[in-house]
Amino acid sequence: MSTAAKPTPVEARLATLDLPRGGAFAPARAEALARLGAMGLPGRRDEYWRWTDPASLNAPAAIPAKPLEINDEAPVFDTVDRVKLVFVDGVFDAAASDAPELAGVEISRLAEAADLHWAAGLYGALETAGQKPVARPFAALNTAAATDGVLIRVTGRAARPINLIYVHNSEVSDPILHHVIKLEEGAELTLLETGPAGARFNKVMEVDVAKAARFHHIRVQGRDHERRAITHIFARVGEAALFKSFTLTANGMLTRNECVIDIVGNDAMAHVAGAALGDGATGAFLHDDTVFVTHGAERGESRQVFKKVLKHGAVGTFQGKILVKPGAQKTDGYQISQSLLLDDDSQFLAKPELEIYADDVKCSHGSTTGAIDETALFYLRSRGVPMEEAVALMVISFVADALGEIEDEGLRDEIQSRLEAWLARHRG
Amino acid sequence: MLEIKNLHVKLEEEDKIILKGVDLTIEAGTVHAIMGPNGSGKSTLSYVLSGRDGYEVTEGSATLEGAELLEMEPEERAAAGLFLAFQYPVEIPGVGNMTFLRTAVNAQRTSRGQDELSAGEFLKIVRQKAAALKIDADMLKRPVNVGFSGGEKKRNEILQMAMLEPKMCILDETDSGLDVDAMRLVAEGVNALRDAGRSFLVITHYQRLLDHIKPDVVHIMADGRILKSGGPELALEVEQNGYEAILAEHGLSGVLA
Repeated sequence: MSTAAKPTPVEARLATLDLPRGGAFAPARAEALARLGAMGLPGRRDEYWRWTDPASLNAPAAIPAKPLEINDEAPVFDTVDRVKLVFVDGVFDAAASDAPELAGVEISRLAEAADLHWAAGLYGALETAGQKPVARPFAALNTAAATDGVLIRVTGRAARPINLIYVHNSEVSDPILHHVIKLEEGAELTLLETGPAGARFNKVMEVDVAKAARFHHIRVQGRDHERRAITHIFARVGEAALFKSFTLTANGMLTRNECVIDIVGNDAMAHVAGAALGDGATGAFLHDDTVFVTHGAERGESRQVFKKVLKHGAVGTFQGKILVKPGAQKTDGYQISQSLLLDDDSQFLAKPELEIYADDVKCSHGSTTGAIDETALFYLRSRGVPMEEAVALMVISFVADALGEIEDEGLRDEIQSRLEAWLARHRG
Repeated sequence: MLEIKNLHVKLEEEDKIILKGVDLTIEAGTVHAIMGPNGSGKSTLSYVLSGRDGYEVTEGSATLEGAELLEMEPEERAAAGLFLAFQYPVEIPGVGNMTFLRTAVNAQRTSRGQDELSAGEFLKIVRQKAAALKIDADMLKRPVNVGFSGGEKKRNEILQMAMLEPKMCILDETDSGLDVDAMRLVAEGVNALRDAGRSFLVITHYQRLLDHIKPDVVHIMADGRILKSGGPELALEVEQNGYEAILAEHGLSGVLA
């Protein structure tokens, strides 16, 4: 006879999940489960979660969130010629998706992957590597429990972007998706991600960018939705390869976007950028960008450009690190995180870190928080631009550096128009 | 056009009084110049008229064609026809010069009940006016004033003035930081805008600008007041003899110390 012990948070969380079994990824999943058990789920006392309370992400069930019906705006990237792959509350919707056919690109679904799959050695591998030196339990949970996702292998230059579209329909949906993207030598792909996905979304994307390959990632995390999200990108960037990721976040109750980049080849370039717009009047807004860039090779260039526009009690957090390993000479690392507070109620917390073990490098970081420049505002108004429009122009000016990280002009314009629409919806 | 009566202004945050009873009447179609030593209140006058924060009007009034300016927001003053060419034009990264100009022009048109200009119409007008100021397509595309030289910034101010077609133009030390050629270009831009329905208030330290933009009336300002007014010859007199004699007449010899 033994009395049942109170389940640990991990056990309580796992109890609500139907873990996938068998198939090519079973070993990686089992291993992730063991790692999760060892590390446990994070609490507020964890240094890495000091500013973002993980309680609602830890909880066995998602806090219900109302889907948002949008009828005043076309879906994002609607005019872009792309391959659409649609997930509704985390469930793949074949009818709403395009045929997964694109020259030079092999697309399959995690849920339907063959027993022998090219991604078997990669699934969970970059995530595992990214658990050091800081544990990322939600990513381990994801590797263990993801029910679906896409596995994309790029061997050529993709003529069109792939757009992963996440639709949120159910108030209690709690999807866990895991994508693996492998760009072979010299390949190129633009990946778009759009939509709120569910009431609570846990997503991992592992990206392996081989020699001289180019990967562009542009993400729009829904607009004004009540959703919560914990997302991870784990990227490995090879010799002379390019990795670029940009995220636009417009509201959402809680978002934590982690990005872990490992530069392993010489002359590689990795840029990660984000613009977050938060209006606490929608209920709450907490946005957390946590970035870890490791330079493990020579002449690498990395950029972290994060801008947050906050009002009505919105909270923005940035934790960014550049680690330069011994021998990663001629590294050029730069990190800037800034917030524009549109009132006195909002808050920005930043922890920029540099850790450098090579002696011939150029690394710098900056972090600022402040209100709109009164002189510039007066300048605009003195030309007849009304106050609210002047504020909007100043916000656009503020986030411009982050948007500038999007190379494609058409996609950048689309993001800018979403940003302007948000500003128009959230005046005053 | 512009009528300033007994204007008293202090700094909002401190007990410092800057303007101590300014009276100034500018008729339609005329060019007035204000000269004066540093700290005389010239720039403050331009800021108070255009509505910048940080100043408190304790007494007096300023009207533009009969409408009380001091009650209006800065954008309303602009729509009413007031324009201030800044001494230090502000850089706005990430906002294209063209976007800025078009936003301003259309905002003013909207507030006056006019239709917005279409992209095509706007482009045609801006290109023509920019060419006259030797502003090339690149300068129009670049972010507002970012990376502009001193001369380019001032030409950009005049371009905005030309596009907005204000009734009352205030030029705050537009000649500062300009070389001879740039000054001529800016002055030509201003002169091209002179007409019977438009007035100018030119604030400057030096007579040199007034060789190019010929004023009808010259005022000498010091210690927050206009001490003396006269024709263009007054500017020449100051250029030759300095302000000392005029200040002494008003018992202000210590001001330049």
